[in-house]
Formats: sequence, C-alpha cells, structure tokens
Amino acid sequence: MAEPTFNIDEVPVPFKPGQTILEAAKAAGLFVPHLCHHPELHPHGGCKLCTVIVNGRTQAACTYKAVADAEVDVDTPELNSMRRSMVQLLFIEGNHFCPTCEKSGNCELQALAYEYEMMSPHFVEFFPNREIDASHPDVLLERNRCIMCERCVRASRDIDNKSVFGIAGRGGKATLIVNSPTGKLVDSNFAVTDRAATICPVGAIIVKRSAFTTPIGDRAYDRAPISAEAEVCEIPEDAK
Amino acid sequence: MSSVNAVAAAVDHYRADPYYLLQILRMAQAELGWISRETQNEIAESLNIPVTQVTSVVEFYSFLYSRPRGAYRVLFSDNITDRMAGSLDLFQRMLRHFGVKRAETSTDGLVSVELTSCTGLCDHGPSLLVNEIAIPSLTEQRVDAIASLIKSRTPLGGWPASFFKIDDNIRRTETLLGTPYTPGSGLDAAINRGRAGTQDEIKRSKLRGRGGAGFPNATKLDTARNAPGIEKYIVCNADEGEPGTFKDRVLLTSYSARVLEGMAIAGYVVGATRGFLYLRGEYEYLRPKLQRDIEQMRAHGRLGPSIRGAAGFDFDIEIYMGAGAYICGEGTAQVTSLEGKPGRPRVKPPSMVIRGYKDKPTVVDNVETLAHLTEIAIEGGASFARRGTRGSTGTKLISVSGDCERPGVYEYPMGVSIGRVLQDCGAPSPLAVQVGGPSGMLVTPDEFSRKIAFEDVPTGGAFMVFGPDRDMFEVARNFSHFFAHESCGFCTPCRVGTKVQMALMDKIAAGRGSRYEVNDLMRLADFIRRTAHCGLGETASNPIRDTWNKFRPAFERRLIAQDFAPEVDLDAALEPTRKVAHRDDAAAHLTAEG
Repeated sequence: MAEPTFNIDEVPVPFKPGQTILEAAKAAGLFVPHLCHHPELHPHGGCKLCTVIVNGRTQAACTYKAVADAEVDVDTPELNSMRRSMVQLLFIEGNHFCPTCEKSGNCELQALAYEYEMMSPHFVEFFPNREIDASHPDVLLERNRCIMCERCVRASRDIDNKSVFGIAGRGGKATLIVNSPTGKLVDSNFAVTDRAATICPVGAIIVKRSAFTTPIGDRAYDRAPISAEAEVCEIPEDAK
Repeated sequence: MSSVNAVAAAVDHYRADPYYLLQILRMAQAELGWISRETQNEIAESLNIPVTQVTSVVEFYSFLYSRPRGAYRVLFSDNITDRMAGSLDLFQRMLRHFGVKRAETSTDGLVSVELTSCTGLCDHGPSLLVNEIAIPSLTEQRVDAIASLIKSRTPLGGWPASFFKIDDNIRRTETLLGTPYTPGSGLDAAINRGRAGTQDEIKRSKLRGRGGAGFPNATKLDTARNAPGIEKYIVCNADEGEPGTFKDRVLLTSYSARVLEGMAIAGYVVGATRGFLYLRGEYEYLRPKLQRDIEQMRAHGRLGPSIRGAAGFDFDIEIYMGAGAYICGEGTAQVTSLEGKPGRPRVKPPSMVIRGYKDKPTVVDNVETLAHLTEIAIEGGASFARRGTRGSTGTKLISVSGDCERPGVYEYPMGVSIGRVLQDCGAPSPLAVQVGGPSGMLVTPDEFSRKIAFEDVPTGGAFMVFGPDRDMFEVARNFSHFFAHESCGFCTPCRVGTKVQMALMDKIAAGRGSRYEVNDLMRLADFIRRTAHCGLGETASNPIRDTWNKFRPAFERRLIAQDFAPEVDLDAALEPTRKVAHRDDAAAHLTAEG
C-alpha cells in the first residue's frame, strides 16, 4: 500500500503513522520554522513558532500528528505575519542585542527574525535584569538571552541524564534555574561535553573560549538562511 | 521547629512521595512561614529529586514563598467586583496601619500585605485571606480590628469567629439545591442499576460539564471506562478560580455529601478506585470540614472497600490542596499539579481520560457536574433531561455578584434568559454583565434576552453585574492584569503577549494611548487567541476585544488625538536634568505643541 500523504501548501507530503507534521515536513525537505523543537528531543510545543493551519485550525506542527489528506498551510502571508510577531515578542521579552552577542550568525532566533523580515522589535522592550552565571569554568549562562524553549532542560534530563536545568517562575517571571545547592552552574555536575551545553538555539548557553572561532560573516546563517536547511535536521556543526 | 525537622515531618507525612511535593511544601511552609533555599535543598534531598523541581513548584504557586513573608500574610482579593465595593481603599488603609508598601514585609517580620486574584467571595463584598484563611465582608472597622489583632500578635484561633462567617447566600433553588436528599441514596440507586445501567442513565440525562466547556459527561466517563488498564482516577475540580464564580464554594459548604457521592458514582461507572478533590488554596478554610465529611462517609460505608456492601466497588477520596494558581482549573494543568509539579497545561491529545494522572485514565469533573451525577443517579436521566434546553439539560448554578441588590447563588433550568437573572437579583438597569468571568463574554442590554446555555451564552457560573455608572474600560484593564498574572508561561504568545496587552491597557489608562495602541491590542487579541497553547490564552483577550466592540466610548475618551505617543513621557524624563540645572521655566519643558 502506498504511504499516506497530506498536503502542505497544496504539495503532497508522505508520512509515517505517528509522525508529526513538522517531522514529515522536514523529511520531505520542507521548512517549518521552530525554536523549542529539536530532533533529538521529545516535542515540547511551547514556542509556537511552528504554528500552522490544519484543516482550518491553528495547531503546533511539532506536536500535532500528521493525518491523511489533511490540508496544512505553512507558508502564507498571514502565518508569516504571526511568526514575525512571535519572534518580536521573544526579542522584547529578553535582552537580545545581536551586534554584541557571541551567537550572532549562529542564532536561530536572529535567523528567524531575518526570515520573517523583522525590521524592529515593534513592541516595547521589557529590558529584564536577569542574573548572568559565569561561575562555570567552561560555560557561560547568559539568562537575559533565554527564550524559555527548554531545550537545555530536556537535553540535560533526557540525553545527559543529569537534569541540570529547570524553569521556575510563573508566566512572565519564568527564568532558567540550575540544579545545584547554590543555584550556580559551577556547583552542578554540568560538563561542557553535555549535550545540553550546545543545544541552545540562542546565546543563553555559551561555551567559553569558543565563541569567535568562526568569524562573524562566515557563520551558519551568514551563509544560508535558516529556511534553506530543512533537510539538514540538525544545527550545523559550527553552530554548536 | 527547625527547617530540618519541619521538612522531615512533611516528607514523612506524605511518605516521601514526590507526587505530593506541593503538599509537602505547603506543610513545611505552614511551619516555617516560607521556603528558603536551604529548605528546598533539604526537600530535594529527602525526596531524591532535583532541586530545580522543588524551586519550580515554589516559584509557580502564588501562595508559596521563596522569600520571607510576614508572620501574618494578608492578601486582599482583587477581582473587579472587590474593587467596585471599595477594596483598594481598604487595602491602602491596611498598608497604612503597618507603614508598609504593597508586597513588602514589615521590618519586624510581623506582616506583609498584598493583592491576590479573586478569592471566590464576590457575594460578600471585599474580602481577604490571612495566612490563607478567608475573611469576607470587609469594612473600615473590620480592617482596623484585623490590624489591631495582628499588632497584638493574636493567633488566628483567637480572632472573633464572626470574622470568618461566610454565608451561602442561596437566593433561588431548583432540583439540585432544593430537593431533600438522604446521604447514600445516590450510591444505592447506582448500585441497584449496576455500572452499565448507571452509565445509561447518565447518557440519557445528556449532562454536560458545568465548568464551562460543556463536554458531554457520559462520553467522558465512557472513554475512561473503555480505556485500557485497571488503574484509573476521578478528580473533582474544586479549583474555582474564574473571577466572579463562587457556586462551588456553596456546594462544598452545604452540599458536599452530594459532590463526594458523585465522585464515588463516577468511580463506580469508570472502574476507578481513587479520587482526588483538588481544592483551591483560597478554600483552605473548607478543608477541615471536607475532611470530616470524607471520614464520615467512610464510617458509613459510603467510601472505602465494597461500598454499601457491593463487592468490587472500592473507592476512596483524598483532598489535594492547590496554592494560588488560576491555570490549575484547566483539566490538564490540574492533573499536572496533582503530580506535584508546576500546573502547566499538557499537550492534547491525548486527553486526560486516556492519559491523565500518572499517565493513567483520569476523569476531571467540575464540582457541580459531580453533584448532578448524584442527582441523576437518584432521579434518573430522563427526568433530568426534561429540564433545561435540548442542547443543555438540567439546571445551572449562577454566581451573581456586582451591582445588584441580592448577590448570591441562583439555580435555574438551563436556558434562563440573562434578563430574568437580572430581574431576580435586583439589577434594574445595568450597563452590562460579564457572563462566565474574564474568559467569558461581555453582554450588553440589547442581548439580555439571550439564554444561558452551552448553545448560546455558556458559563461556568460567573455573572458579574455592572451598574450604569461603571467604567467598562477599567473592568477590561483589571482583567488584563489578571491574565498577565495568571499566565503559566509555557507558550510564547500567552507568556509575553498577555504582558504586552496589560502594558498597552495601562498606557491608555494613563492617557498616553492612541489608535496605534488600540490597533496593536486588536492584532494581539487575534494573534494570542489563535496561537496560545490552552484556553487561558485563547480567552485572555476577550475582555479587551468585547469592551472595544461594545463600549468603544470608554476606550476612545482616553485616547489622545495624535497618531502615536512614545512609551516614555519625554517631559517627565527631563525632570532630573531640570533639577540639576535648577530650572523649571517654560523653556525647560516640552509641551504637546513641541
């Protein structure tokens, strides 16, 4: 029997039963934007960048399972405008100053801002004052850039089996916390070799002494836009 | 008691089960006043869980404190109906008594005074919680008396009993509130019919969930019953957090036997043996009474093994306390909270009836829905379905508050018109009614013939009346603060969007907003509704959108004529410079003309 398919922007996409819309789209080489999703991690569904329209209703493509013959809108002016708003909200919630950020060029949030032609943050910035943790010899925690995607939380818990990270605080008070008696990274069992050390989509977790090994201008999203990497399924090596 | 001892006692009490983390924290805090980092570390160690898990719970629930609070923690209910009854003046008065600012702890550690979301006492005027115990019907005299009692460090047990008196204020009864009932009769009827027979009656009744969503209850019970596995759970959702709702409080006060029996009947139908009553922290004062009710039911064989002698019908109930989080009224968030975690809504599907508490099939039903199950067991489904409308059978409890002569709980057949309720509660010429709380619908006089029913104006029970002189913009602004405060933070649009929405409403309130802000608000409203993860976000913009659509002048008279005003008040920003320069002449000021 032929593999079942559904349609993304009127293009038939095959899928295996149980696959999410995002997974099936990636496998077919189609781009669906995302931040909290990562192929090595369980789907999360929090950032909502991957919002698509399935049979007329908005759904998160990273958690919504593909169904045969569904009509899925992904790349429409309306959805792209919503994604631009989503990126803008993430920008104003934290302190994202690309020109001074080590992650610039390898940052997925920045890349999505370019992808959706964000010309300004639009909304009034919150300018939070979150604690920076430079205690660890190899890794810097710059919470002001955290977007609460919980990739590090999940990677540390499910891949590294360490549960170094967590999110605490309700709503707008959400902040990244560390599993150690002092709350400092240096007092946890975190190691630079952990998967969680390199899975951050933005510049919140930075490996020290490696930030400028690739010069700006020659980085992943300097070379190709984020939408060109659908089939890569992985952050490019030098973005890690 | 030292931190180590308090932790050990709480951990032992809950058998070192991490699923009871929230309860352990509540118990430790009751002893210690707050949960320090050391306490968090001790709890994490004794439960063998990461301290991040402990911290995330402490920081999620409003009634858990990671910083020292006063020995007396005073929380004023801050629903719009409280404000309309003068709560903010009373709040200021209390602050003045102790010379403290909002949320600040007095230097002697005696007291802290703060605002909190609706405490479910809207029929009693302004209310507050002292160390989580509710005190309704505040007046200046009562505030002064409370301040004296705190200053003299009188333990709560020594305060006048009259302070804690909370009335049911039942104004109108039908079958649920008005029919005499013999405890146990619902269970006997259910056992006589058998599991399948009882399920048939529930199906025949066409009962729909009374929390507001209106999901057909028989379908829910059926799905849970047919779900694989033998370990299943019944949860009574008593996290009545929707501002303006208090009918569950009345049911739990005076009709609790029916509610608890309804849980056992649901357990019987589904094949569940354990039930949780998830009680909101604001209703802590009801806990001892409910605990006695449960024990009494056990003593009479209405809970426990082989209920009423029916072999294989084992069911028991325990109370699980919330701690100040509106989102935990959402079914999936409640189950997550029951598991001792921050109450964040889960990804659906799967629904709770397939994979809920501990990933087992779980039925989460509203208090009122469960009371109706007992009613249906006794009188049969057909009789229940004869009342109400075709799409919404039975009766509905309405919590009426705001500008009316007789606030309280009213029971009507489903399908009652809004005008009829207004007439009965003594509100001759209201400006509007907020039906279903902030997440519900704002209804204006031209719509008063509309019916309260799932197919017309659905409601979990809130019915807030606004009199002719009320400022509907301020109502919407109060609700925008509520949603920003209660957003769980899981998804971007709600976590950030509700805060932006609140800031825009505040800017307009300050007389600095233009059409630009309104356009942003409307765009955000659509955006948040369509992209948010759960019902909180989906409805968080309703009040703003409704008020703009239906009370536009309330908005417009605050708007400035310019296309745009900057976020900063430029003239005010010059003040430090003027001070330095010792100038205050006209030329040192920016004017609207430039």
